[in-house]
Amino acid sequence: MSADANGREHALPDLGPAAPLALPVRAETVLPCGLTVVAIARRTAPLVELRLWVPMALVDVAAGALLAQTLFSGTGTRSATEIAVELQAAGGTLGGRADPDRWLVSGHCLASRLDRLLEVLADVLGDAAYPEYEVSVERGRLADRARVALSQPSHVARAELLKRLYGDHPYAVETPGPERVNAVTAEEVRTLHGRRMCPGGATLVLVGDLDPDDAVELVAHRLGRWTGSCGDTRMPAAPPPSPGPLLLMDRPGAVQSSMRLALPAPVRDHPDNAPLQLANLIFGGYFCSRWMENLREDKGYSYGPSSVIDHSLGGSAVMLSANVATEVTAPALVETLYELGRIAALPPSSAEVERARRYAVGTLQVGMATQAGLAGLAGTLAGFGLRLDYLALHAERLASATVEDVHRVAVTYLGPGHASGVVLGDIERIGRGIAAVTPVEIRQGSPI
Amino acid sequence: MTRMPAREPAAVPRTGYRIERFTLGNGLRVVLAPEDGSPVVGVAVVYGVGIRSEPEGRTGFAHLFEHLMFQGSANLDKLAHFRHVQGAGGTFNGSTHLDYTEYVQTVPAHALERVLFLEADRMRGPRLTPENLRNQVDVVKEEIRVNVLGRPYGGFPWLRLPPVMFDTFPNAHDGYGSFEDLEAAGVEEAAEFFDRYYACGNAVLSLTGGFSPEEARRMVERHFGDVPARPAPPRPDLSEPGLSGRAPHRPGPPDPCRPEARLSGSGRPGPAGGRHRSYVDEAAPTPMVAAAWRVPDPVADLAGYLPYVVLAEVLTDGVSSRLVERLILKDRLATGVSGYMGFMGDAFDAYDPTVLLLQANLPAGGSAERALKAADEELDRLADGGLPESELARVRARMITLLLRQGDAVIHRGVRMAVLELQRGNPALLNELPALLTSVTPDQVTAAAAQLRPHRRASIEVVAGRRG
Repeated sequence: MSADANGREHALPDLGPAAPLALPVRAETVLPCGLTVVAIARRTAPLVELRLWVPMALVDVAAGALLAQTLFSGTGTRSATEIAVELQAAGGTLGGRADPDRWLVSGHCLASRLDRLLEVLADVLGDAAYPEYEVSVERGRLADRARVALSQPSHVARAELLKRLYGDHPYAVETPGPERVNAVTAEEVRTLHGRRMCPGGATLVLVGDLDPDDAVELVAHRLGRWTGSCGDTRMPAAPPPSPGPLLLMDRPGAVQSSMRLALPAPVRDHPDNAPLQLANLIFGGYFCSRWMENLREDKGYSYGPSSVIDHSLGGSAVMLSANVATEVTAPALVETLYELGRIAALPPSSAEVERARRYAVGTLQVGMATQAGLAGLAGTLAGFGLRLDYLALHAERLASATVEDVHRVAVTYLGPGHASGVVLGDIERIGRGIAAVTPVEIRQGSPI
Repeated sequence: MTRMPAREPAAVPRTGYRIERFTLGNGLRVVLAPEDGSPVVGVAVVYGVGIRSEPEGRTGFAHLFEHLMFQGSANLDKLAHFRHVQGAGGTFNGSTHLDYTEYVQTVPAHALERVLFLEADRMRGPRLTPENLRNQVDVVKEEIRVNVLGRPYGGFPWLRLPPVMFDTFPNAHDGYGSFEDLEAAGVEEAAEFFDRYYACGNAVLSLTGGFSPEEARRMVERHFGDVPARPAPPRPDLSEPGLSGRAPHRPGPPDPCRPEARLSGSGRPGPAGGRHRSYVDEAAPTPMVAAAWRVPDPVADLAGYLPYVVLAEVLTDGVSSRLVERLILKDRLATGVSGYMGFMGDAFDAYDPTVLLLQANLPAGGSAERALKAADEELDRLADGGLPESELARVRARMITLLLRQGDAVIHRGVRMAVLELQRGNPALLNELPALLTSVTPDQVTAAAAQLRPHRRASIEVVAGRRG
């Protein structure tokens, strides 16, 4: 506290009482066709957000990606342009993306035009045509995008880490390479759609300026005739990250090294997840984490390291990522291993736990305050078979986690002895330093 | 929710954000936009200083200084700002734009007063030390390495196109800064920069979200009322003539900090006039091209400017837009196309001179010249063949939706209102934008398209240096 020129004192104001986590009004049903529909009211803007999660387990990732890219490229009755015109007139957009777990169709529109958006969606789900010409255009675009991704050091480092972690499991490849994309035919995509783009197991989430019951009814009317049966293909459990030597990959002349490490984590709804979220925040999961304060604010080694808990249907992992200047790569690795060791070996302070707790609960409120944020959250939870109620349970677990709980999960999951990782950088300049710190496996030949 | 079976575009919804504005005795302008029942509050402070305020020899200084504003102040140690905001359950950020610098926080509503305290404390003066300066120079260098030097297409087009388009230092220079300039920065200069530009007469504070206006007003006066009064400095002179009819541009020397960027173009008139420059990016697997044209003054001539805002969407929003249909789907000259206003992609954040910008990802072996030529033909077709009302109506619906969607986040609304206050003294313009955009006619859009001629264009091309 200090006094200003007028002798007035300025002191940090206390926080007022926190509002409890308020869950919005919602409705849910399972249509006879098997589609689960969740509608959530959030009337802050006259819009509706849409998320459709369709399971994609064990689908070839290149074919899955091309399907997502061409789902809106035409139907038996509408051309790609006609679809785009109708969506645009509704103030809307719809687009598909694929990852090893699922296809996710995301979009939004003016609330008054939700019916139009759903009609277009029903048409593509039931009658997507995958016309040869449009598919060839989109295949070229997707392959080019894959080429660009392969030129990005961040992408390459993550891709190599996933290969190392997951071996033969589908999670080893998140983004298909250009050759695999180019090998997929329109006919294969059409067949895949018939075989796997089914309402059973899929969940549609609507969030926005709507009456939940009316919205569910509207979906039943529009999507009720989406048919097909795909059986129940589940993602096999992924192996947890297992410790091993650090993989060193060469990028001659790189101005920065891309460091990526993985640690084990419990599945999304495991009770350990709340204390692990707190432990991860304290270690490296937000700006005032130890890792950020050390690497950036004390040493100036990095613009911003980050550590996130990545949940997938087949398993979870803590993923660490830092881009550091070439000349300080080994010292940055030392600090990283030190901070992981510290959080595992010693209990955090109660002030650190309180700060992380308030952040975890507060940012949940902040994230749910927008329609798009709420839709993203509800859509992701739905893919895991969870609903917004889970957030109330999770918030309770965050509230009750003790310093001992946080330390216990840190020992279990975050110790550097559990880490597996890769560093992509100029081996000639960083190799010796890193090899002196930790066992390495060097892969010569430039991946990038 | 209403259900309308009709196929014509929807009626345009309007926003009615409640907006109050007042000025404290020391000259600080304040905008309040309360929203009943919102569990969160956005607090934004914008200062009227940005990349285009930097003096020669001090490239990157505005951005570096933004970092220094997080390094502590009279009552706050280094790291305290981060800890107090995140420890209250909130998020923060800062970002430096061409003509202003923003500091933003989104927090649960009960943390409002804490954030006001934090912002007021650094408005009185950051704690500038040689150690913190050195540390943040290192951090900024890492930021430039990760965003520009260490990746393909780094700084494209926002850092690459201005020096082709403009001749004067404020408009043309690299806003991230050269390492040489960053390393030469000293604490005294930082203090002078603060005194001159971070005057409370040069700042706007905005609050959006769940709070009572009366209470908020009292809090604002309590925390900011005694910030010493300093007037806003004169605005930098950014004026320079448009490209048409100017002498050929002489390129500067290659930047030693950008060894991967071998400038091979000359800034000489391109094949169809205007200015064109290309450079080899050794890490890029496919080519890209971007082109920009000067547009009317967004502040002094808003009515003349808005048709260009609409035009950018007509050209590039979605599969049914003119350039996506032609360049991507029909001719396969590009794999991605986008169009937007201003080098930083925000239509309402910059003073004159500013631009309409188009950019395209090209396929491997693709030709920038052919892509630009096809875009020229589409602009001609629009200028000569007209714009159907139905096409404009759906583009309009999409634009309004995007405005509403961005505005759904309290902090986005808050920054927008603060910048409208800072640059125009009119934060309520936010409520009028949907109607103003709706009033743009097809003839105005086609007249704008007619202005985007090759001889008025500056373009930049990335030549792929990597076999992919």
